[in-house]
Amino acid sequence: MKLDKSYEAINARKNEIIKNAMQIDYDKFELPGIGFDYEAMMREVGYSLEEMQKIQLDHGVGNTPLIELRNLTALARKFAPEGKGARILVKDEAANASGSFKARRASIAVHHAKKLGYKGVIAATSGNYGAAVASQAAMNGLKCIVVQECYDNNKVGQPEILEKQRICEAYGAEVVQLTVGPELFSTHLSLLEDTGYFNASLYTPFGIAGVETLGYELAMQCREKFGKDPDAVVCTNAGGGNLTGTARGLIKAGADDTKVIGACIDLKGLHMTSDKDFNKKSCTTGHTGFSLPFTTWPDRSDCPRNAARVLRYMDELYTIKQGELFYITQALAILEGYERGPAGNTSLTAAFSLAQKMDRDQILVVQETEYTSAGKHPMPQLTFAKANGIKVLFGNPEEEVSGKTLVFPSDPSLIKARPYDMEHGRKSYIKNCVKNYKMTSATEADIQFIMDETQMDRDFVVSELQGKGVTIKA
Amino acid sequence: MSKAQKGDWVQVENVVLKAGHRAPQVPEDTQDCDLKLWVKGIADHEAEIGEEMEITTVTGRKASGKLVAVNPRYIHDYGDFQPELLKVELQLKELMEGGKN
Repeated sequence: MKLDKSYEAINARKNEIIKNAMQIDYDKFELPGIGFDYEAMMREVGYSLEEMQKIQLDHGVGNTPLIELRNLTALARKFAPEGKGARILVKDEAANASGSFKARRASIAVHHAKKLGYKGVIAATSGNYGAAVASQAAMNGLKCIVVQECYDNNKVGQPEILEKQRICEAYGAEVVQLTVGPELFSTHLSLLEDTGYFNASLYTPFGIAGVETLGYELAMQCREKFGKDPDAVVCTNAGGGNLTGTARGLIKAGADDTKVIGACIDLKGLHMTSDKDFNKKSCTTGHTGFSLPFTTWPDRSDCPRNAARVLRYMDELYTIKQGELFYITQALAILEGYERGPAGNTSLTAAFSLAQKMDRDQILVVQETEYTSAGKHPMPQLTFAKANGIKVLFGNPEEEVSGKTLVFPSDPSLIKARPYDMEHGRKSYIKNCVKNYKMTSATEADIQFIMDETQMDRDFVVSELQGKGVTIKA
Repeated sequence: MSKAQKGDWVQVENVVLKAGHRAPQVPEDTQDCDLKLWVKGIADHEAEIGEEMEITTVTGRKASGKLVAVNPRYIHDYGDFQPELLKVELQLKELMEGGKN
């Protein structure tokens, strides 16, 4: 019998397809009410830290250098008040096989797929994760399909995504490319159904746990080099896996006092599924279009429960502008001798500003870099921006308007990490709980779950729920 | 090249969803476009550009669609020289050479 492949029909088979493509019984972790047992899910489905380190080291992943950026620190100190200007360090994740921290996630996912006997893996991603899955699949002798949102209606694609296509094909993967739209997900499901391959989702417990080694490693390296834990770690935040995994790794290392900070690029005003807006973004990841929706509602992924849950771990979140990102990417090359891809420097850009508020003897770790190449570089990305009518100016990046201008700071003093209102984020999360679960009442278990999800106390959660008309049955 | 021979490396194009039949949540400008798909593989037979073509992808999967390219080129590059980046470079050098803090 030929299966109905309409959008609606595929989505109706979603749960069954995902179950066959992952063999994870998510139901097992569901609690009565709205919650689920997150830690049990991470413990039972994931791997131990030692197991993950071994899998990763066997596959060209991990043990990346932690580098002190002395010149960039010196530059930041020129604009900092007396006694301020923390030491900025960066974890050179570009040194992983396939050139980004995403190899940490992919190595565990592909290992798991092989262990379960799958013949191949599929990932839906336009980012570095595709390259990571393709590279790990090549090492493990599995087949690989990467599904990309790549082009606008005129088959024009951002240079950064075109490069991801090339690198996936270089590692022997099949790349399926689509025009703009959320229906990428139904194509992904359809391919899983047709091939019987493993869903190498970005959001599985082992995918997220794969990043724990990064947080753990950087804490250990910092202790070895400086005799103490980092005061803060900045993570580029989009879907949330990078920050969640890193924070969990820091906790496993016992670095309990290290502050965990998220950073993302401000693309306010651009619609993420608009054909016209698609090529007006100069950055394809690490931006508010992913970061804010996933922060305030993680369960929007291709897994029934997303293992990336940043509100549980994130102390602060900052946004930066595209012009600032390209400035810092250039500074990393010119002052430090590291030419790295722009998107991965989102956290570095925020760190440049945040270091100026921290004491000189404090340590601020930027936990990733990514590879650079044709397409994934400020030069082609600026060329593309100009071709799409974006005006590139010098001035105050504060005045940058996404989709219209890209403003380089006239001088580095204008580079600013702008705080996101975390309380607003937590309230939005609770609002989404009420809306998505159609909550009219809340039990003690529901309240406890929301407290864990938001790192907030009972009074805050109860007051927010009551404010939304929810009866407390505790 | 306007023609593919059997065994050539080619790209085909498909319409997955017709304009107006897109997911309900997409904005109007996207709703007006087809959801298109491209995939590359080995030509199963001879065809002209624009004709229907069956292919076998590198994972061994069978796919089909309108033939759009033979030996498709990677078109991305390092772009045009961007004077803004030079300006940043010169500013950074000047700032760093202008005395240590």
